[in-house]
Amino acid sequence: MNHLDALPPWAAILVAVFVLLGALFAFIGSVGLLRLENFYQRVHAPTLGTTLGTFFMLAGSITCFSVLHGRPIFYEILIGVFLTLTTPITLMLLVRAALYRDREEGSQDVPRKLPGE
Amino acid sequence: MSHDVLEAIIILAQLLLLLAMSFSITRMLRGPRAQDRVLALDALYVNAMILLLTIGIRSDSLLYVEAGLIIGLLGFAGTVALAKFLMRGQVIE
Repeated sequence: MNHLDALPPWAAILVAVFVLLGALFAFIGSVGLLRLENFYQRVHAPTLGTTLGTFFMLAGSITCFSVLHGRPIFYEILIGVFLTLTTPITLMLLVRAALYRDREEGSQDVPRKLPGE
Repeated sequence: MSHDVLEAIIILAQLLLLLAMSFSITRMLRGPRAQDRVLALDALYVNAMILLLTIGIRSDSLLYVEAGLIIGLLGFAGTVALAKFLMRGQVIE
C-alpha cells in the first residue's frame, strides 16, 4: 500500500500537473543555460527554474501534504519567499562582477562606463 | 488509475530534473569564463532543491522540504561569496 494511494483522484491529478510543470520549467531553464551564446544571455535562462519551476513544485508539494495530512501545511512557502528574495541579489552581484571583469579586459561587447558611475 | 499516472509523472519529473542537473554540470565544466561556472553552480543547486522536493512527495516526508530550505540558504551564501570574489579578488575585506 503506497501512501500516494490515499490521495483522492482530483488531488492526484493536480499534484501530477504541478510536478510536471515545475520539472519542465527547470529543464527548459537548464537547456537555455547550455544553449545560449554569451554570458549576458545565459544569465536569464536559469531564473525560469528558480521562479516558475520552484513555484509549481512547491504548489504540488503543498497540495500533496495538505491533503494527505488533512490539515493545511504551508511552510514550503518559506522556500519560495527565500528564493524570491535572494535570486535577484545573487544575479545582480554576479552580473556586476562579470561586467567589471569584461571592462577590465577592454572588451568591446559591453557598454562603456558612464561618467557618473 | 490516476495514482499510476501520478507515480509515472513523478518519475518522469525526476528524470527531467536529473537531465537539467547534467546540463548545468556540462556548462560548469565547459563554461568559457569563471562567471559562467558560478552561474551554472547557482542553477545546479536550485535544480537539486527541486529534485529534493519531488523525492519528498514520493516518500511522504516533510524532512526533505527542510533539506531543500537548507540547500537554498547555503547556495545563496556560496554564490554571493563567489560573485564577491570575482569582483574584488577576495571574499572578506
